Amino acid sequence: MRVTVRLFARLRDLAGAGELVREVQAPATVQTVWRSLTAEMPSLVQYENTMSVAVNAEYAKMAAAVSDGDEVAFLPPVSGG
Amino acid sequence: MRRAWDAATGRWTISGVGILEQMPVVAVTRDPLDLQALTAAIANEAAGDGAIAAFTGLVRDHNQGRKVRFLEYEAYEPLAVRALERIVDEARDTWPDARLAMHHRIGRIEIGEASIIIVAASAHRAHAFAACRYAIERVKQIVPIWKHEHFEGGEVWLEGATADPDDEKAKLAAYRIACA
Repeated sequence: MRVTVRLFARLRDLAGAGELVREVQAPATVQTVWRSLTAEMPSLVQYENTMSVAVNAEYAKMAAAVSDGDEVAFLPPVSGG
Repeated sequence: MRRAWDAATGRWTISGVGILEQMPVVAVTRDPLDLQALTAAIANEAAGDGAIAAFTGLVRDHNQGRKVRFLEYEAYEPLAVRALERIVDEARDTWPDARLAMHHRIGRIEIGEASIIIVAASAHRAHAFAACRYAIERVKQIVPIWKHEHFEGGEVWLEGATADPDDEKAKLAAYRIACA
């Protein structure tokens, strides 16, 4: 199945793109998507313990299920205000 | 004039009278912020209330020993709007008589310009001040917005809190600061 990966701030800079489309094997979780992404781009791993994740623009856990067509976002620590 | 969910835009709006119709309660925008308009919108809705407290966050000219040139703000916009709405709801649960509105600007923002405006109205000052302070503390904890600092000699992404809206300890910390 196909998911859209969204990356922001420094994660986007490290990946060189803010939006990627990736094929993952079903059944998949956010973790599955992250593993395949970091296998491709090992420099992202440094965010594994500090990032937040979202599925279809709602905060989610790494164990959350991901379906075909979902948007999975990886978010570095936030600094708004 | 009350808060209403506008399914077409996916935003809460204050449908007011006069010149302030359709001022969103929360917004993430590239446009300059208008504290006067937001205050007027809240005041319009808050007929009979005794207090409005406001906070404006400005782009500072220095940070951690660096001379800042400007900030570029990035957002995951749909989630940022939802997170702002969540903060409005949390504040209403904590201070039922208080009403909050907040607009966050993104994109390039110059020194001295506003990056965020928050307005809180309540029957009495204590809840207006508390809701306003709580809101900015929560913004820094859970709203997916990032500052890209351009300073003299380079640029850096600023990183603060790992966003977790369900982290009760963070929520309690924001509440304690608000009520200090």
